[in-house]
Amino acid sequence: MDRIAGIINLDHEQDMLDELTYFRCGAAVPFAGRYRMIDFAISNMTNSRIESVAVFARRKYRSLMDHLEQGKAWDLDRKRGGLFILPPDWNDPTDISRGDLQHFHNNIDFINRTLANYIVVSGSQHICNINYQDVLQEHKSSGADVTVVYKKVDELYPEHQRAHKLDVDQDNRVTAIHNDHSNNNVYMDMYIIEKDLLYSLIEKCIAHGCSHFFLDGIKAKLPEINIHAYEYHGGHALVNSVESYYRNSAKLLNPEDHDELFKDDAPVFTKIKNEAPSNYTATSNVSNTMVANGCVIEGHVEDSILFRGVKVAEGAVIKNSIIMQRCEIDSNAVLENVILDKDCSISNGKTLIGAPEKPYVVAKRRTM
Amino acid sequence: MKNKECVAMLLAGGQGTRLKSLTKQIAKPAVYFGGKYRIIDFPLSNCTNSGIDTVGVLTQYEPLILNDYIGIGDTWDLDRKYGGVSVLPPFMQAEGGGWYTGTANAIYRNLKFLNQYDPEHVLVLSGDHIYRMDYGAMLDYHKGSGADATISVIEVPWDDASRFGIMNTDGDGRITEFDEKPENPKSNLASMGVYIFRWDVLKQYLIEDAEKENSSHDFGKDIIPALLYDYKKLMAYTFEGYWKDVGTVDSLWEANMDLLKKEPELDLSDQKWRIYSKNPNQPPQYIAPTAHVRNALINEGCRIKGTIDTSIIFYGVHVDETSVVKDSVIMPDVKIGKNVKIHRAIISKGSVIEDGAVIGDPSPDSEITLVADEGSVLATSYATNS
Repeated sequence: MDRIAGIINLDHEQDMLDELTYFRCGAAVPFAGRYRMIDFAISNMTNSRIESVAVFARRKYRSLMDHLEQGKAWDLDRKRGGLFILPPDWNDPTDISRGDLQHFHNNIDFINRTLANYIVVSGSQHICNINYQDVLQEHKSSGADVTVVYKKVDELYPEHQRAHKLDVDQDNRVTAIHNDHSNNNVYMDMYIIEKDLLYSLIEKCIAHGCSHFFLDGIKAKLPEINIHAYEYHGGHALVNSVESYYRNSAKLLNPEDHDELFKDDAPVFTKIKNEAPSNYTATSNVSNTMVANGCVIEGHVEDSILFRGVKVAEGAVIKNSIIMQRCEIDSNAVLENVILDKDCSISNGKTLIGAPEKPYVVAKRRTM
Repeated sequence: MKNKECVAMLLAGGQGTRLKSLTKQIAKPAVYFGGKYRIIDFPLSNCTNSGIDTVGVLTQYEPLILNDYIGIGDTWDLDRKYGGVSVLPPFMQAEGGGWYTGTANAIYRNLKFLNQYDPEHVLVLSGDHIYRMDYGAMLDYHKGSGADATISVIEVPWDDASRFGIMNTDGDGRITEFDEKPENPKSNLASMGVYIFRWDVLKQYLIEDAEKENSSHDFGKDIIPALLYDYKKLMAYTFEGYWKDVGTVDSLWEANMDLLKKEPELDLSDQKWRIYSKNPNQPPQYIAPTAHVRNALINEGCRIKGTIDTSIIFYGVHVDETSVVKDSVIMPDVKIGKNVKIHRAIISKGSVIEDGAVIGDPSPDSEITLVADEGSVLATSYATNS
C-alpha cells in the first residue's frame, strides 16, 4: 500500500497581512469564523489518510504552536508519525544549507524515518479542499517525477501576481513555470514526489548552494524532470494580503462558495474551544452572517463574520466586517468594512468605517 | 498506586420511558440538551470541574451510542493514565451473572472496580439531571461532618414536594427520615440523586443488601432506609442553584426553554465551569439574508433561512425560507423544508420535515409535540453515528 507523509513548508510565505501578521505568521491567521489558515492544509492531509505531518516554521510561530498543540484536533496525536512543528536548527556550525533547504536538511530524519513512500509538500496560503490520494493516483498513472497542483482561476486578482503560473501541454505535462500575469493556471504551492527522489534532489540542491527547493531543485530542472500538472477543480482562495483575505472571507457568505470548501465527507478540523451555542437575544438582528459558537448577539449584524465568543451589545451595528475571537462591541458602536483582530473592545458609541476595497484593520487586543 | 480519595459511579443504565420515543434507541443519559450537549455531559463535566478524575459509568439499556459517545473520556478530560472514565456494563461470571437488577445492585456488581482504587468515599450520580454542581464542596462538607453518607438536597416548592423523595432533617442537617413521594410532606428538601458514601460503610451495606431476597436493590428504597434504621450518620447537603429533572418530554422542553430566559439560571458560557461535549467539527452557522432570528441558541453547522423565535437549534440543522420555528427544540441534523410551521415541539435527530408541514399547537400550555425517528408521516429519519 502506498503511504503519503506531508510537509507544510512555510519558509517562503511572506507575512503580508499587515496588522494580522504583526505577531503571527500567515499560517496562524484566523480565517472563516473558527479556523486558522493552516487548518485547511492540515485537514486536507488528514482527510487524505496522511498520518505524519511536519510543519517547517521559521518566524513568528508561537501562535502556531499554541494552536496546533499535539495535533489532536487533526487526529495527528499518533505514536508513530503524527504532527511535528519543526524550526530550523540554528546551532549546527557545519551546516552549509540555506533557505528552505536548511529545513529539508535539518529535518531529513523526518523524511528518512517515515514509512511513507510519497511526500506531499504544501504551503498554507492556498485555501482549498483537496484529496491527495486522487493526486497520487494521477501522479502514478502519468509516470511523472513530480506532480504539481494548479487551479485554473476564472479571474486574476492582485493576489495571483505573486503566485507562479504553469504552462501545460495537452498531456498535462508542465512545459514552463513562470510569473506571467496573464496566465490563469495558478500553481497552488503543492506537489507530490516519491520519497527517494525528493531525498536525492535535496542532496543535489545543498551541494550546489541552493536556497529554494522548489525553484532551484524542481523548476530549474525543467525539462529533464518530468513534471505533471494536476488540475484542482474545487473551491479555492489564495490569501496573501489583507485585500485577498477580506474578499475571500466575504465570499464564504455565499452558500455555493462555502459548500465548495466545507464538505461533510472531508471536514475541516480545528482546535476545539468548548464554547456554548451562540445566543441571539430578542433585540438581535442578524442577516447574511457567519457566526461561530459562543457569541452573544444583541445588536445588528449584516454581511459579516463573527468568530467564537464575540459579544455584540444592543444598539451596536456591524456591516461588512470580520470580528475575531472574543471581541466585545459595546452599545451604539458602528463598524463598517472593519477587521478586528482577537480580543479587541470597541467602546460605546465609537464609529469605525473602512473602505469597501480597503478594510480598516485593528490589531490584536486594542481598545478603541 | 496511591488510592483515590473519591471515585464517582454514574448510573446511566435507565431507559427513561417517560421520554417516549426519544429514548427508543438511546439511553436516557445520551438524550440531547441545550443545543449542543447530551444529558450525561453535565455530571461528567461536573466531575472533571470538581477534580474527580475517576468515574465508572454503569450502562445497561441501549448502550451503543452511549459507549461510543463516552469513548476514552477525552471529551471531559477523563482520559487518564490512572483512573479516568470506565464504562461498566453488566457481565457474566463463573457463578453466573445477568442484568443489573437495581441501582444498588449495579454498584454491588462492580465492587472489583471500586476495590482497585480503594477509595475513601464513593460519589453516586445519576444521568437524569441538568445542573452545575461542585461535588468537591459537597465532599468537603461530607468529610467535615464525619458523615457515613451525605445526600444532596434542594429546596423545592412545597406544592411540588410530594413528587420527590423528601429528606426530613434535624436542626443540624442530619437526616432523620426519608419519605419517598409523601402525600403530606414534612419538609421541602428533595433528594437530587447525588450521594456520597464512606466506601467502607457502603460496601458493607451493599453486601448485606445483596443477600436480602426481598430487596429491590435500590438506593432510595433499600440502602438509605437501612442506613437510617441503623442510626448511621446521614447528612443533608443543601444545594443552591439550577437543578432540573429532564425525565419527561415536557420537562425536557421546559429545561431547554429555561436557557432562553433573559438571565438564565444555568450559565453555559461560564469559562470557569465549562460543560464539555463532543465536538461535531462543523463550520460556523450561517444566518441568511431571509432569516429572522431572535431569542435563540444556535449551534455550528446550521444554515438558517427562515424564522427562529425562542428556540434551541442543535448543530447541522437547516431551516429553509419562509419556515417558522417557534418555542421549539430542534435536535442535530434536522432538515426543515420551505413554508414549514413548527410550534411547541421537539424534533429529534436527523428528522426531515417536508415542505409545508405544520407541527405542534401554538396555543400556550398546549402539550409539547414530539416528532421522533419513526412513525411520523412528515418525517423520515436516518441514523448517523455521532
